[in-house]
This record gives sequence, C-alpha cells and structure tokens, in this order.
Amino acid sequence: MADALLQTERLTRRFGGVTAADAVALTVAPKEVHAIIGPNGAGKTTLIGLLSGEIVPQEGSIRFDDTEIADLPVHRRSQLGLARSFQITSLFRDFTVLDNVALAVQAHRGHSFRFWRDARHEQALRAPALSALERVGLHDRAATRVDRLSHGEQRQLEIAMALASGPRLLLLDEPMAGMGPDESARMVHLLRTLKGSVTILLIEHDMEAVFALADRLSVLVYGRIIASGAPEAIRSDPAVRQAYLGEKDGGARGRQDG
Amino acid sequence: MSVSLDPPLATVRQSAVTARTVFTAGLVVVLALVPVYALATGETFGVALFTRTVILAIGAVSLNLIMGYGGMVSFGHAAYLGIGGYAVGILAKEGIGSGFVQWPAAVAASALYALVVGALSLRTRGVYFIMITLAFAQMIYYVAIGLDRYGGDDGLTIYKRSDFAGLIDLNNKIVFYYLCFAILLASIFVIARQVNSRFGLALRGTRSNERRMRAIGFPTFRYKLVAFVISGALCGLAGALLANHTSFISPAIMHWTRSGDLIVMVVLGGLGSLFGPVIGAVIFLLLQEGLSRVTEYPDLILGPILLLVAIYVHGGIGGLLEGRRRG
Repeated sequence: MADALLQTERLTRRFGGVTAADAVALTVAPKEVHAIIGPNGAGKTTLIGLLSGEIVPQEGSIRFDDTEIADLPVHRRSQLGLARSFQITSLFRDFTVLDNVALAVQAHRGHSFRFWRDARHEQALRAPALSALERVGLHDRAATRVDRLSHGEQRQLEIAMALASGPRLLLLDEPMAGMGPDESARMVHLLRTLKGSVTILLIEHDMEAVFALADRLSVLVYGRIIASGAPEAIRSDPAVRQAYLGEKDGGARGRQDG
Repeated sequence: MSVSLDPPLATVRQSAVTARTVFTAGLVVVLALVPVYALATGETFGVALFTRTVILAIGAVSLNLIMGYGGMVSFGHAAYLGIGGYAVGILAKEGIGSGFVQWPAAVAASALYALVVGALSLRTRGVYFIMITLAFAQMIYYVAIGLDRYGGDDGLTIYKRSDFAGLIDLNNKIVFYYLCFAILLASIFVIARQVNSRFGLALRGTRSNERRMRAIGFPTFRYKLVAFVISGALCGLAGALLANHTSFISPAIMHWTRSGDLIVMVVLGGLGSLFGPVIGAVIFLLLQEGLSRVTEYPDLILGPILLLVAIYVHGGIGGLLEGRRRG
C-alpha cells in the first residue's frame, strides 16, 4: 500500500529466547482507527515500544509517511508527527495540567535554548495547549496540579498531551487502562470525536471499546499478526477465534459482541 | 468538580508573604550589612567568614540549578572550585595578574571540564551518575596534587589578587565582600529567569519525567548538558573568588568532602528553591564555625542535625519555615 501512513515490514525483536515481535507486517492507512488486539503476552507493548522508538528492532523496517524511522530516536519520531500515550499514566506530576500540555506544545515549536522569557506567559504555547485541553474536556482543570486529578482525568490529560503537538499518528497504549465503565464510556466518546481528524493506532484490552471505535483490526498472537481486516471479518475469522477469542477472558467478551 | 484555586506550584514561589519570605529577606539584609557591622565594631573576622560563606553560597546556587531543577546529583562539584581557583593561581604564578584574563579563564576552563564530564556522565543516571561525577572530581584532585610546579600537595600561594586595572580593588576586603555578594544576587536573578524560561521548563520537565519528555519530542540530553555546563561555569567563577579570598589554592579545595558539603547546603536549604542554597550555606557554615569553637568534633553534632533535617523536613530549612510543605 503506497498510501499507508505507517508501514512495518519484517519487524522483529527477540528478548532472549522469546520473540516478542516476529516479522510484524502492519499497515495503517491515513485517518483510520486501527486497533491491535491480542491476548496478554502477545507482544503489544513491545510493538508500541518499537514504533515509538524506545525499543530498537533487530530486523525489519518502519516507514512513517515515506521516512524510514526504525533507526531514529524517540524524540525525532515525535518531531515527525508520531505521538503516543502511555498505558501507565506518565505525566509531570508536580506541574499543572496546562503546564503539562504546554510543554508538549513547546517541544514542537523550535528549540528550547531560550533562557530569559517566562515561557508561562507565551501565548504561542499556552493557546494551543488550552485548545488541546478543550478537545478532551479538561480546560476547566487547567490550573490544577496533575497529582490532584482523578485517574480518569489523568487519562484524558494523556490524550491531550499527545494531541497538543498536532500529530499525524496517535499511538494509544490502552487508553482505558484502569478505568471504570463510566470513565471508559467517556473515553470512547472522546476518541470518537477524534476519528477522521487524526490517524489512530489503538492498543486496547476492552473489546467493547475496540469494536466501537476501530475501522480495522490486527490480531497479534505470540509476536505475529495472524489476521488484519475489518471488525466483522476479524470476528468471523476461524484462526482468530481459535487463537484469541476462544480464550477465557477476551473470549467471553468477544463472543458477547459477536 | 470546581476549578482548583491552587497556584501552579511549578511557578517559582515568591508570592505569599510566608515565614520563608521574611526569613529570606532578613538574611539578604543581614548579608548586605555584614561589613557595616564590622566597620562599626572593628570586628573584621566576621567579614572573612561571611565572604567565604557568600562564595560557597554561589557554588551551592550553581549546584542547585542542576540538582534542584534538573535532578542531577553531581557529587563532584568541588572540582569546579578547584579548576576556577587553579586558573587564577596558575596564571598569577606565570605573571598574568589581570582579572580580565584570570576570571574568564576560570569560567572557560570549568565550562570545558563540565562539557567533557557531562557528555560522558549524563548518559547514566542515579547512583552511576553520582559515582562518575565523583570519579572525575577525584581525578582532577590527584592531577592537582601532581602539579609540582604549582605546589603539588602543599598548594600555591597567590601573592596578588586579581587586578582589574583600577576599576575595582579586590585588596579592599569590604569591596571584595560586596563584589561577591553582588555576584551571588546576580546569579540568583539569572537563574530565576532561567528556570521559568523554555529552557528551564525543559530542564524541570526532564527532572520530573524524562521518558515522557522524549516521547513528546524533547532531545533531553542536550538540555541537561547545557545546564550542567552553566552550573560548572558558575561554580568555576566561585572558585576564582575563593582563590582571591584566601590568596591560596591547594588540592584540598576540591576534596570530595567539599563536594559533599555543597550537596548538604543545597539539601539543607531546600532543593529547587532560589534562595534555598544561600540559606543552606549560611546555616551550614555558621554551624560549623560555631560548633568548632565549642567542641573539637563539630561534625559529631552537625551530622545528626543534618540527618534530622534530611529525614523529617521535606524541602529543607526553607520548607520548615513554610510550615513543612505538604506531601
């Protein structure tokens, strides 16, 4: 697919005897919501690490909009427009909500070797940060310290920080992690409002959320992508049913959906 | 939930009139009046003690930039005092007495050393970083011992203070004290601007969560390195002042315990607060001086005091004055 936004080929990473990513071939088209599902230990976290640059692949390539990024460090990938959220909330806890997002904006507004002007009074940083907060519905918490936010709000802030840089691809690592049903529903709603404006690669355990959001799914089992396609096609794929949906936890919820 | 009215903590706290603000202001006034008191009473020993205190406070302020705001615990900061001091001493011995040469040389040599040490050590973190900075400082310490031409272990007497072509006379103890005091205030002012600038936020974000900083697109290494070099350069200037103050320079100036003292001053005053290092330096050096008059083993009393502050008072003495910061 020449018009893919993100394309990996033969992407491989072994840890000792375990092949956490086994010749992964993944294609994400512009503006789609592409979900990766798979049982625990399937290599989802490794895949996120490979794509974001925290893990170096032993083989294979990652093309992001015609740029080969497999050898680029994390911050360079971010500069190219690849933003990620973290499964375990990763914020600047002693900063305010607005400071967190403004820092994400700052990273994409030239270098930070500016030593004199008060960055907290720079409209060029504050305004885009506030609008990112509005998109996720956190603007009325802008002046609050991050460690005073509820868990759900911190997850929203994760998304706002990823959005703040105006990314072309959002890499969302289990955005619903640790959320109750209400918070989950709100997050699904939030992600739905982003649909169509930014490409999203979503890694998520919550099958209900996945089937509610995804345009396409890829199923990862033992580091390999065993199927890729539209949600209905995946649900009826016999290999997928056997390898993944047949399992205890995910299986029960998967069948419920289907 | 309503909008929280808490002020953003990350803004450098100077707003409310707290016990801390009053104490800090009082301390600055006292420091400003030290020579006046000395002139009035004829008790000049105080000026020497406070000159030394102010100079080491500059060193602590420089360490606070990387340790308090950048999360980098340098256990080799005394090396910069030594490099700055030896720059003055060596140039003086070689007949170059001009402060316009000596001081820039002290700053440049320290910055260069910081660049090398930083480039190698900042790829590690935690205890490894601490050990590498210590190892480099030890290396410089032994290099100084090996400088036979410049006194080796015994050190080097500096017969003439840096000469500023009649612009300012460092031989006048009062003038010299105010020069050091002005440099201290100027460095605090510059750092106050820095820590709220883009650079400062990048540095503090890195201290808070370096992994996230990289993920949002910051090349964190180069910001840490620049902070490390700024800190080293400023401490090198303190070294040049110290050499002028004592008219003597020896390897002892960069003994590893001195690096420890600087860390203690910063922690004692409260990490990551602008005047904290000054509070820490004053309390530490006055306690040391006072205790050494009443006992032969001042550290025996000083040690437990520091331990208690470290364990029980979050934010150092400054934090204590604030009513022991929440959390």
